[in-house]
Amino acid sequence: MLNVSNLHVHYGAIHALKGVSFNLEEGEIVALIGSNGAGKSTLLKTISGLLEATEGEVSYQDEIISGQPAQDIVSKGVIHIPEGRKIFPKMTVVENLEMGAFLLRDRRLVAERMEAMFERFPVLRDRKKQLGGTLSGGEQQMLTMARGLMTNPKLMLLDEPSMGLAPVLVEKVFDIIEEINEQGTSILLVEQNAQMALSIADRAYVLETGRITLSGDALDLMENPLVIEAYLGG
Amino acid sequence: MIATKKENFLLKLRGSGTIIRYILGILAGGYLLWRLYRVFIVQSAFGLETWTRLLIAGLVIGSVYALIAIGYTLVYGVLFMINFAHGEVMMLGSFAGFFVLEATRAMEVNGPGGVATSFSNAYPGLAILLAFVAGMSFSALVGFYLEKIAYRPLRKAPRLIPLISAIGASFALQNAALLLFSPQTRTYQNPDILTRGQGWRLMINDSAVILPYTGVFTMVLSIILMVGLILLVKRTRLGKSMRAVAMDKDTAALMGIDVNKTISNTFIISGILAGSAGVMWGLHNGLLHYFVGFLPGIKAFTAAVLGGIGNIPGAMLGGMVLGLLEALGPAALDISFQLKDVIAFVIMIVILIFKPSGLLGEVLSEEKV
Repeated sequence: MLNVSNLHVHYGAIHALKGVSFNLEEGEIVALIGSNGAGKSTLLKTISGLLEATEGEVSYQDEIISGQPAQDIVSKGVIHIPEGRKIFPKMTVVENLEMGAFLLRDRRLVAERMEAMFERFPVLRDRKKQLGGTLSGGEQQMLTMARGLMTNPKLMLLDEPSMGLAPVLVEKVFDIIEEINEQGTSILLVEQNAQMALSIADRAYVLETGRITLSGDALDLMENPLVIEAYLGG
Repeated sequence: MIATKKENFLLKLRGSGTIIRYILGILAGGYLLWRLYRVFIVQSAFGLETWTRLLIAGLVIGSVYALIAIGYTLVYGVLFMINFAHGEVMMLGSFAGFFVLEATRAMEVNGPGGVATSFSNAYPGLAILLAFVAGMSFSALVGFYLEKIAYRPLRKAPRLIPLISAIGASFALQNAALLLFSPQTRTYQNPDILTRGQGWRLMINDSAVILPYTGVFTMVLSIILMVGLILLVKRTRLGKSMRAVAMDKDTAALMGIDVNKTISNTFIISGILAGSAGVMWGLHNGLLHYFVGFLPGIKAFTAAVLGGIGNIPGAMLGGMVLGLLEALGPAALDISFQLKDVIAFVIMIVILIFKPSGLLGEVLSEEKV
């Protein structure tokens, strides 16, 4: 479904990705683990079109999408949920969800989907008219995920959904990710919390300073001594 | 140790700055109160009729400032830059409207009763409408290309660079107008029903105060445009995409919004408002030359800062407040009327020193700065 081959990305003089290749099949949860600065967010931003690759290509459903503007990639059903809960702080919860459905012109469908989101994330219904910026961290994470789901994406790129959340909430967020996956959305999950990521993923890749150093089934990686030492706290 | 010494010194400096600001504030406030006391209590120099005249002038000029100021604020919202060429966009719109009115004035048609008359007097509503359509669309076009040529290539440059480009664009447009239209001052050809200086006569203290038709027309039309703009920003897809881009460009793109198109649309809308302000300015004031956009442009920028740059209701409020202060200020302080420009710029300095976020503005987040 998603195929990344030999991807290079530069930030000015910094060579952030040095030939990354991996793939994701329909229905999978693939985790990308790695420490700070390994290039995980850069990779997601390049797939979603926010950054441009200097070399290599990204193809999605047998179509090359690298080089296309972000809004075109979104319209193909690839939703990037950025790191740090990038909600629109001065819009209400409802308006934020409407922004998520920006590409849908059918108002009835938007209303239907919004109702479905309120079912799935009941806390958002209670906060309906509140400005996004006034929500708590966990609520904001729910809102970004709900906003991303408004278009019913085929592929979801999730960047650090557990960042800055209390352990209880982390579990909840990961439950929701699994649920979304069961309903047919493929997921590329970037996480520093390797334990959680590997526990729900089918396969995983380890990214280190811009290169993929390890890959395999999530369960195998969990037992790999290198992974245990570097990412699972030995 | 050294660090703490330096920190102490800086703290002291900042403290003394606050004290100086307070002293300045008290001195300026005291001076103002003294002048107001003299004018209103000791001399009671002007009657109600004069104040009404000034109030009308202030409201009219204020609504023009408000329309132009919205353009500064909208562009600042999406690009975080001051579009210093915005006054020129207004001037060019004013020219477009002028040429339409002149052409309709020159066109002979058979009026009622078979008497030959000019098109603009036979169908004044249509002539004015055409002038506004021409002014708005020309300004919109200028704004659109201005962004494409002068600002878009500098999107990723440090923030000072597009600002310099804006000043350059301002000079370029002024001089283009000078070349195209010559330096002569022209007079706007209003249709007879909107003749300048004519209006409803109000009798106050036994003297006639004229409420000019052009002034009322300007105020009513600008209120309609402002309401329309608020609805557009709040309700429509276009407005929502503008708000989203203003808050966070990358996230907006991830929602499927075309950021470049949204920025272009912002310049088009700013241009439409500036163009209509230009035609209103021409109809009400009458004079037109290549430099006519400069002062209103700078004043409207002041108004946008006064209201809180980036804030649309702030720009409207700032424009009205500035127009009123400019019109009423010289009389209230008993200073020469020519000093009205000084009043506007003193207000700008005072706002920048004491409340840089403006009347309705919020403290800018780190990300935006």
